[in-house]
Amino acid sequence: MAREIPYIVAVNEALQLEMERDPTVIFYGQDVAPSDEDPLVKAFGRDRVRVSPISETAEIGMAVGLALAGFRPVVELLMAEFMLVAMNQVVNEAPRLRYMSGGQVKVPVVFKAGYGFTAGWAGQHTGSIYNMFCGIPGLKVALPSTPADAKGLFATAIRDDNPVCYLIHYLLVLEHGDVPEGEYLVPFGEAKIRRSGSDVTIVATGWTVGKALQAAELLASEGIDAEVIDPRTLQPLDVPTILASVEKTGHIVLADQATRHASAASFIAAEVAEHGFSYLRAPIKLVTALDATVPYSAPMEAFVLPDEHKIAGAVREVLGEAPVAA
Amino acid sequence: MPETAPRPGRSRAQSALGRDAALELLETMWRIRCFEERVAKLVRNLQLQGLIHLSIGGEGVAAGVCRQLRDDDAVYSGHRAHGHALAKGAPMDRTMAELMGSADGLCRGLGGSMHLVDTEHGLMGATGVVGGNLPLAVGDALAAKLEDGGDRVTVVFFGDGAVQAGHFHESVNLAALWQLPLIFVCENNGMAEFTSRAEHTPVERVVDVVAPYRFDRQTVDGSDVEAVHAAFGEQLRGARRRRGPFLLECLTHRRRGHYEGDQQSYRDALDDAEWAARDPIARLEATARERRWLSAQRAQAIAAAAEEEVERAVERGRGGRALTPDQAARYVYA
Repeated sequence: MAREIPYIVAVNEALQLEMERDPTVIFYGQDVAPSDEDPLVKAFGRDRVRVSPISETAEIGMAVGLALAGFRPVVELLMAEFMLVAMNQVVNEAPRLRYMSGGQVKVPVVFKAGYGFTAGWAGQHTGSIYNMFCGIPGLKVALPSTPADAKGLFATAIRDDNPVCYLIHYLLVLEHGDVPEGEYLVPFGEAKIRRSGSDVTIVATGWTVGKALQAAELLASEGIDAEVIDPRTLQPLDVPTILASVEKTGHIVLADQATRHASAASFIAAEVAEHGFSYLRAPIKLVTALDATVPYSAPMEAFVLPDEHKIAGAVREVLGEAPVAA
Repeated sequence: MPETAPRPGRSRAQSALGRDAALELLETMWRIRCFEERVAKLVRNLQLQGLIHLSIGGEGVAAGVCRQLRDDDAVYSGHRAHGHALAKGAPMDRTMAELMGSADGLCRGLGGSMHLVDTEHGLMGATGVVGGNLPLAVGDALAAKLEDGGDRVTVVFFGDGAVQAGHFHESVNLAALWQLPLIFVCENNGMAEFTSRAEHTPVERVVDVVAPYRFDRQTVDGSDVEAVHAAFGEQLRGARRRRGPFLLECLTHRRRGHYEGDQQSYRDALDDAEWAARDPIARLEATARERRWLSAQRAQAIAAAAEEEVERAVERGRGGRALTPDQAARYVYA
């Protein structure tokens, strides 16, 4: 049975259910459960729900040690940028220990953080920096764009035996959507076709999925039938679903809130160029954030970010119905 | 709480070591010494590749600490890990095979000298980034504390160079805040990579750095194995009773450079007499001879047995299986 709940409620529901199901799941982070009345503290106690100091390196490294000892820690990191403080642990320890030990250990940890909060939060709290983590062998990256995926991908992340960056979008937390009750898992590496279409493929991630769907509605009124694909996890990435769509449509636009040269769009474009070149009837087009720090000023913030009009414009270009920008 | 800060070479014995324990420690130190001297030779002869850091001069810490640990006690080490691995029980032939990049190595040849792991014997991780292992050890100690009714402990080895890094302070704070059964073992050889401790910090002793966190802490002469053994044993008894954390600062001498090939233009070598006074093997041998636990013949036999074991390990390593391309990405994900 599904019912409509906000994205953030779906996130918390997944955590609650997984902690009930598996006593080795522990949850900690800055400002997590400051009161004994917190539902998680009441349900699971202070041993499993812990407040940690502002020590990202220790918080993340500690998760690795806990995982090696048989626990499944979920670390609340609040902002994806705060993981940068602990890059050695995120990049050098968590994802490499399994490999460097020749497979002797596994590291089931979840780094939970929000990202992309482009609501005037300026240059250090708004980034879409997931691509950094996609380039690290051993890490997985999940980016839920709907409340149902927020729940299902989180549960899957907690059960995964590898370190997973589970990144929720702060502009989506109050969005409502149908979410199944009880146990609900969304498999990693399976893209979701959010809208079927035959003229052009739009691959969008996180918050831009909604923008791509709005663009598709604009285009539909012009007689253009767009297919919108949400990869849901960027590592692993479901390349076959994207290629199958491009084979059908012959055109692709990639929408991404990240800056162009650090976007998922850029490496998805590379996959399509290498493996789907013969399907393409026009060059690939990327609609990303400008290669700039996200500005504070609201009009400037909107200027650097992708939106439904920019996505629709790119579709018109690849379909030859608008001049191709230089 | 009492602190001792002896100068190297003038340490006092804190509690007598029995004959059997002394001979075991001697064997362990000789195994590490012969292993590393052989590794140095292999590097010089270009028969072994990679970035290799040796612990010659510091064997007393590895031996004195690890002899008292069980397989279920976790040890986290760093880039200078050969001694810790061997002392914790890692088989010598598979350790040598790992350094030789063979599929028969501890880590299938995928980790190498700086990343020795042997979960069977509780060597849980070794990291090539100075101090990167400290937060992991905090996590393991938290796990040990959360496990019902157990008494296993966590030990993390690190050099004094790690103490100036932020992760040291974050880890020390959390271990103290949560009173974790974690023993921090600092090998203070007075050198952080290529520069002296004095050029890195005005704080001479690491025990003083953790003082505000109310650690149970002690400084010992790390080349006095008896002192290391006694001081660590006392801390271990506390950690098994779920007290903690602890810091054991061992003053050691790094006989060789930061890495093999290091020209060491930044310091003068010790003369033979100075080295003999700081060599943990020579010192324990002298003590054991004095107490009539060890004949000259037996001492030679211990060293010879270690050398033979190393030669066998080198031979096995040379005949070991090579990695195949299908293994290149097999262990990226579980």
